[in-house]
Amino acid sequence: MTIEAMKPQPLSITGSRRRTVLGLLAALAAFPLRVLAAEWNKPAFEAHAIPDALKAIGATSIAESDKIELKAPEIAENGAIVPVEITSRIPGTEAVYIIAEKNPQPLVAEFDFAGATDPFISTRIKMGETARVRVIVRAGGKFYATAREVKVTIGGCGG
Amino acid sequence: MADQMKIRATLQNDVADVKVLMFHPMETGLRKDPSSGDIIPLHFIKKVFATHNGKTVLDAQWSQAVSKNPFLNFRVRGAKAGDKIAVGWEDNKGEKASIETTLG
Repeated sequence: MTIEAMKPQPLSITGSRRRTVLGLLAALAAFPLRVLAAEWNKPAFEAHAIPDALKAIGATSIAESDKIELKAPEIAENGAIVPVEITSRIPGTEAVYIIAEKNPQPLVAEFDFAGATDPFISTRIKMGETARVRVIVRAGGKFYATAREVKVTIGGCGG
Repeated sequence: MADQMKIRATLQNDVADVKVLMFHPMETGLRKDPSSGDIIPLHFIKKVFATHNGKTVLDAQWSQAVSKNPFLNFRVRGAKAGDKIAVGWEDNKGEKASIETTLG
């Protein structure tokens, strides 16, 4: 890229257009936050196969990473309550996804961080049977993952 | 809506450690009613959001595989006493709840 191309381009918005843009921004600012939140990713959450879920979240290429700390029990007596704690040490972490690999619909949750939120999440999930819990981190538009096996004594999806 | 949620936030230096409990059945749609034998329909929290002084800090999407009465713990940096932390959810039936706390 030449130096010339890197120079900021002058804004080519005319007066009236500019007022419209400002008006639109003001209207958006007045909206409740949840309206602006992302739509629930139906194809990802309703996918029965892991590759379909990954495709739906845009994770076409995933690198294994040792910078994701995943705490989960080795043995979970009750699959209905499996504590999962995730800390990402990958700079610029934007989102964390939890996948229970043998659940009927493997994608369990997506957490998108904004502002000054620590890339840390602790929650509890259901697991149908013994499986790997896979955590995917999105950072700078790239995807990283780690996994841990959790032995489940009593499954927690049906009953 | 205090009966639908509980929130506890503790401040350590400039980090707010926020713990939330949401009272919700999180039905998977796979469970049968033990008395009637009928399938209990899918009923789960789809979206959760958290704000710090009105600004979004966490935006989550969930499936029915988050445990019943979901627990969530997250941490917000740059927080100070008097700041407000709010958490809300919306389920697949359009039911909503939210709760707010002031950092002490």
